[in-house]
Amino acid sequence: MSMGFGAVYWREMIKFFRFKSVLISSLIQPVMWLAFFGFSMSKSFDKLIDLLPSVPDVPNVGYLSYMGAGIIAMDVLFSSLFGGITLMFDKNFSLLKETLASPISRAHIILGIGLSGVTKAFIHTFIIIIFGRMVGMEFFKGYTLTQTLIAAAGIFTLVAIFTLGFLFLSGSIAISLKHPEGMQSVLSLFSMPLLFISNALYPSEAFPTALRFISMLNPLSLLAGGIRYFALGTNFTAMGNHYVYTTTDIGVSFFGLTLFALVMLSAALWRFNKVDV
Amino acid sequence: MTANVIEVNNLEHSYGDVKAVDDISFTVQEGEIFSFLGPNGAGKSTVINILTTLRKIQKGNAKVNGYDVATESKAVRRSIGTVFQMPCLDYEMTAWENMEYHGKIYSMPKKQRRERIEELLKLTELENKRNSLAKDLSGGMKRRLELARGLMTKPAVLFLDEPTIGFDIQTRMRIWEYLREIKKEGTTIFMTTHYMEEADQLSDRISIIDHGKIIVTGSAAELKNKLGKDLIYLETSDNKIAAEILRTLEPVKGVNEDLNSLRVMLGGDVTRILPHLMESIRQKGIEITSVNIKKPSMDDVFVHYTGHGLREGDPQKPENSKDLGGLK
Repeated sequence: MSMGFGAVYWREMIKFFRFKSVLISSLIQPVMWLAFFGFSMSKSFDKLIDLLPSVPDVPNVGYLSYMGAGIIAMDVLFSSLFGGITLMFDKNFSLLKETLASPISRAHIILGIGLSGVTKAFIHTFIIIIFGRMVGMEFFKGYTLTQTLIAAAGIFTLVAIFTLGFLFLSGSIAISLKHPEGMQSVLSLFSMPLLFISNALYPSEAFPTALRFISMLNPLSLLAGGIRYFALGTNFTAMGNHYVYTTTDIGVSFFGLTLFALVMLSAALWRFNKVDV
Repeated sequence: MTANVIEVNNLEHSYGDVKAVDDISFTVQEGEIFSFLGPNGAGKSTVINILTTLRKIQKGNAKVNGYDVATESKAVRRSIGTVFQMPCLDYEMTAWENMEYHGKIYSMPKKQRRERIEELLKLTELENKRNSLAKDLSGGMKRRLELARGLMTKPAVLFLDEPTIGFDIQTRMRIWEYLREIKKEGTTIFMTTHYMEEADQLSDRISIIDHGKIIVTGSAAELKNKLGKDLIYLETSDNKIAAEILRTLEPVKGVNEDLNSLRVMLGGDVTRILPHLMESIRQKGIEITSVNIKKPSMDDVFVHYTGHGLREGDPQKPENSKDLGGLK
C-alpha cells in the first residue's frame, strides 16, 4: 500500500514545528481570547445571571466555561478555514507541481493535509482545555477519570470531523483561486456570519427565528454544542437558559458534522482532480 | 541496437483553436541526451507535460520506458524524473528534506532513500548545504538540488524543461558539467531549451521545433554539416546583386541576405573557393568591404531551417519567466 499521505503529513508537520514564532503566536491567540474576552465578559454576564432564580438541583455553569467550548470551536474554525491558504502558496511558489507529478494519488494528498490539520487542531484544543482549566473553566467538573477520558475522546472526535470539513472547504477554494487576496476576502466573507450566527460565544435561544434556524444548521453550533455535551454534562443552566442535552442532540451533532465533512471532501476531490499545473 | 526510451507517434495538441503541437513523431534512445530546440511558444513544454503525464494526450500516442502515457500513467511516473521550468522546491524545508520528501512520495524504502540522497548530494556538491533551507541556496544550487532530486529514483529518463533559463553563463556552464556527469551515470535525458549553445554543447541529438512541428533532427555535427563545411560573411557595396552572382556559382550551397551582410554557405574548402568567389563579384564592379570566415554554429543551423532567428517573434523574453523565488 502506498504511504503517500504519510509523506504529505510529514512535510506539513515539519513546517508546523519549524517556525517557532508562527507556532507560538498561533497557540497564544486562543488563550488570549479566553483570558481577555472570556474574563471581561464573564464578569459582566455572571453579575446579571446571579440576579436570575436558579433552577433547583440543576448546576449552573459560568460564562467562562460556556464560552470555553465556543473558543475551541472558533479557534479550530479559523485555523482550518485559513489552513487551505498554504495550498495556494504551494501551487504558486512551491511543491504542488512536484507532488502532483508523482505517482501518489490526489486522494492521498488530501488525506495527508487533512490529517496534519487534525493534528494541529488537537494540539490547539488540548492547550485551550489545559489553560482554561487553570484559569477556572469548569470542563469535566465532577467527572471520574474514565468519564473524563470518554468525554475528551468525544470532543476530539468532533473537533477532527469539523476540522476536516473546513479544511476541505478551504483547500477547494485555495486550489481554485489564483491570488491570495481573493482567498482572504472569500474567507472573511465566510467566517463572520459563521461565528456570529452560532452559539459559540453566546446562546442562540433568543435569536430572531431566521437566525436561530441558521444557527442550528451552522457546523460551528453543532461543534460548540457537542463540546458542551461532553465537557459540561447533559443537564445544566448557563446564561439564564436551561440546557438538557439528549443522545439525539449529540447524534445530530455527529451526523451533521460528518455530513458536512463528506460534502466538503467530495468538493475537494472534485477541485483537486481538476487542478492543472 | 539500443532500446527506445521514448517513442512518440503523430502527437498533436491544441489549446482551443491554437495548435501547439502539430503531428510530432520522434524517438529517444537509451543513454542519450536529446534536445528540443526552439523559441518560447514552439510547443516544447506541451510535449514535456504530455510525456510526464501532467497533461492528457489528445491525439497520437507516446510511450515512455515502454509504458503508454495515456493508459499507464503511474508506471510512466515511476520511470521518470522531472526538473520543471519554474523552480519547484519547498523553500521552507532543507535541501535534505526536499529530497527526502521526493523519496517518500515515490515510495522508496528508507535505506535506499537515505543512501541515494548521500550519493546525489555528493554528485551535485551540495553535501555541506544539506541542512540549509532551500530559500538560502543560490539560484544555481537550487537548480542542482532539483537535478539531484530528479535523479533520486534512478529514473529511466530525466526530463529537463529549460534547465538553465534565467541563469548567468558561469552558472549555466556549471549546470552543464553536472548534466554531463549525470549522462555518464547512464541516465537518458530529454530536455527542452531555447539556448543554441546549450543544445549544441550537451546533446547527442537535437530536434529543431518551431510552430509545433519538428523541422529537422540530427546530431549537432550533422545539422551543421548540412549547411556546408564553412560559412562566409560578406559585406559588399551592393548585397542584392552580389547575392545573385553568388547563387550562380558552383561551390555555393546557399546565400542568405542579412541586414548588412551576406551569409554564404559553401560545399567545399573555403581556402580554395574564396579567391574565385571574390574575383567573380569584383568582375561585376561590386566592391567587397569585409570578409569573415566562420564554422557554422547552431544559430546558423536554426536560421537556416526556420527562416528566422530564435529571438525573432519571440513573445516572451526569458527574463519574464524567471523564477520569483530566485529574486532576493
